[in-house]
Amino acid sequence: MANGEPLLEVTDLVKHFPIKSGILIDRTVDQVRAVDGISFTIPRGETLGLVGESGSGKSTACRAILQLMKPTSGSVRFEGEEIAGYSRRQMRPLRRQMQMIFQDPYASLNPRKRIGQIVGDPLARQKVASGSDLRKRVQELLVRVGLGPEHYNRFPHEFSGGQRQRIGIARALALAPKLVICDEPVSALDVSIQAQIINLLDDLQDEFGLTYLFVAHDIGVVRHISDRIAVMHDGRIVEQGTADQVCEHPKDDYTKKLLSAVPIPDPRESRARREATAAG
Amino acid sequence: MSPSPLLSVTDLRVGFATEGGLVQAVDGVSFDLRQGEVLAIVGESGSGKSVTAQTIMGLTRSNNSRIEGSVKLAGEELTDADDAILRNIRGERVAMIFQDPMTSFNPVYRLGRQIAEAIRAHRGDVGDDEARDRAIELFEAVGIPDAERRVDSYPHEFSGGMRQRAMIAMALALEPEVLIADEPTTALDVTIQAQILRLIEDLNRERGLATILITHDLGVVADTADRVLVMYAGKVVEQGTLDEIFYDPQHPYTWGLMGSLTRLDRPRPKRLPQISGSPPSLLDLPEGCSFRPRCPHEFAKCPEVPALESRLSEAPGHCDRCWLSPEQKREKRQVAGQIGLEAPA
Repeated sequence: MANGEPLLEVTDLVKHFPIKSGILIDRTVDQVRAVDGISFTIPRGETLGLVGESGSGKSTACRAILQLMKPTSGSVRFEGEEIAGYSRRQMRPLRRQMQMIFQDPYASLNPRKRIGQIVGDPLARQKVASGSDLRKRVQELLVRVGLGPEHYNRFPHEFSGGQRQRIGIARALALAPKLVICDEPVSALDVSIQAQIINLLDDLQDEFGLTYLFVAHDIGVVRHISDRIAVMHDGRIVEQGTADQVCEHPKDDYTKKLLSAVPIPDPRESRARREATAAG
Repeated sequence: MSPSPLLSVTDLRVGFATEGGLVQAVDGVSFDLRQGEVLAIVGESGSGKSVTAQTIMGLTRSNNSRIEGSVKLAGEELTDADDAILRNIRGERVAMIFQDPMTSFNPVYRLGRQIAEAIRAHRGDVGDDEARDRAIELFEAVGIPDAERRVDSYPHEFSGGMRQRAMIAMALALEPEVLIADEPTTALDVTIQAQILRLIEDLNRERGLATILITHDLGVVADTADRVLVMYAGKVVEQGTLDEIFYDPQHPYTWGLMGSLTRLDRPRPKRLPQISGSPPSLLDLPEGCSFRPRCPHEFAKCPEVPALESRLSEAPGHCDRCWLSPEQKREKRQVAGQIGLEAPA
């Protein structure tokens, strides 16, 4: 399929968590509407930024899309195939094509495994490669994400946060996925390292034709990397459009509030904005 | 003439003995802090910004640490003060707010009680009821609604932003002169961050505090600070007023930090300018300037450590540690029409 056709289509996705009460018999007394009917489409090769504050439902949305949690209702189509409600076994062949990069590079790598095992595990599990072929492929991946082949036998604790995030990226790319869901991939990193990882994700997208769902709370980062942005608030998407549309001409009040709260790294503009707010 | 500084840190050095050798976490930091001022210390993890702040409060004292230099609060030396004196100073004269308000409170006691306890520990003559009333006043001062009822809440009943307000209320309980805020908004959402920064700023002005704001976020700095210290690998690499640092930055590391920001107020660049490499290990620092291995402008002088001094006749308070001449700096920091660090060749 060519670029531009939808790779992922999410329609009216809902994930509610029941609030239960009662001693012997659990009764559902209410629902937490974590994801409350969201819809979006990501064309192949593009990046959709999903932005929102903590509790807005963005991480739950990711998990429901990947069927790591069963959605309450709604449809998730991957390359036209309806996957909402798929069992673990049904999902297994698809896992190869949809991978995830996590926020915390300290918590998402098993401290007792060597880097070679961590990155090679998806290849071994999906029986894509083994033995010396596996090793060679893992080393190539490590080089591609900016690490060295000599890192193959090291443990996670020997790496800095930025390097660990590169390891997480190598693991996600091992199976040559089509869709990569990045859940706050740079928010735990230092500023100077954030830019490196964002640029790396950009390069990898060009090289492998990846499609990203990029989830973050930092709208500046999201705007930089995304073609389109969806703003999430209280389980719903309140606004979506191209990155520049949403950031420069926001329509929704919540989007406006979010944008105006981001500090401007320029003292004069920052003062001007504050005086404007004080006057208004 | 400006009043004499409230807090004066001179050539502060903090080292920790580790299995790998001595880690010089803070290496010759000096600054003055005056009443009513907000001083920002900017740097990445491992730059020594938090250790500097903790050492002011005497929190880094241990068998494994070596503290040299001087920290003077209104003329009184704190580095060699005994523990009883420090206990009186903490909270009473210098108070601290931490990044994570969840782990800074005891989860099993009501918030009001924890604040009252801090008051009673320092003011023996204040009774329980009076301390509780004081906690309610403080909650009101930091903008916690329904203060009278909320002082009886437990920490888990508060949202992150409200918990940070409670943390600030506790820090203000004894009316300190110096407030140290260590990444106070890093764990918070942006809309809440803006509120907390405004609160810190207002309190600083209304109560005549002197505030040290530790952050990695230049946006937060631009919004709040009067003066800025930029730290890298334990040293101050640049210091100056807010406008000096943002509009005439002298150190390549500062350029790099500014260049790598994603800015909503400008068209987005195709590629985000980045600082290559990673911060050095404090156990294995390069000879000379610590930023040398990541700097595209390295030249023959760099293996020698540059002193922190003013190289600009028009701005004697604006100091940096870089051997390039001011003219070279003004030319080299321009990357695609903006301040940044060019990619290494």
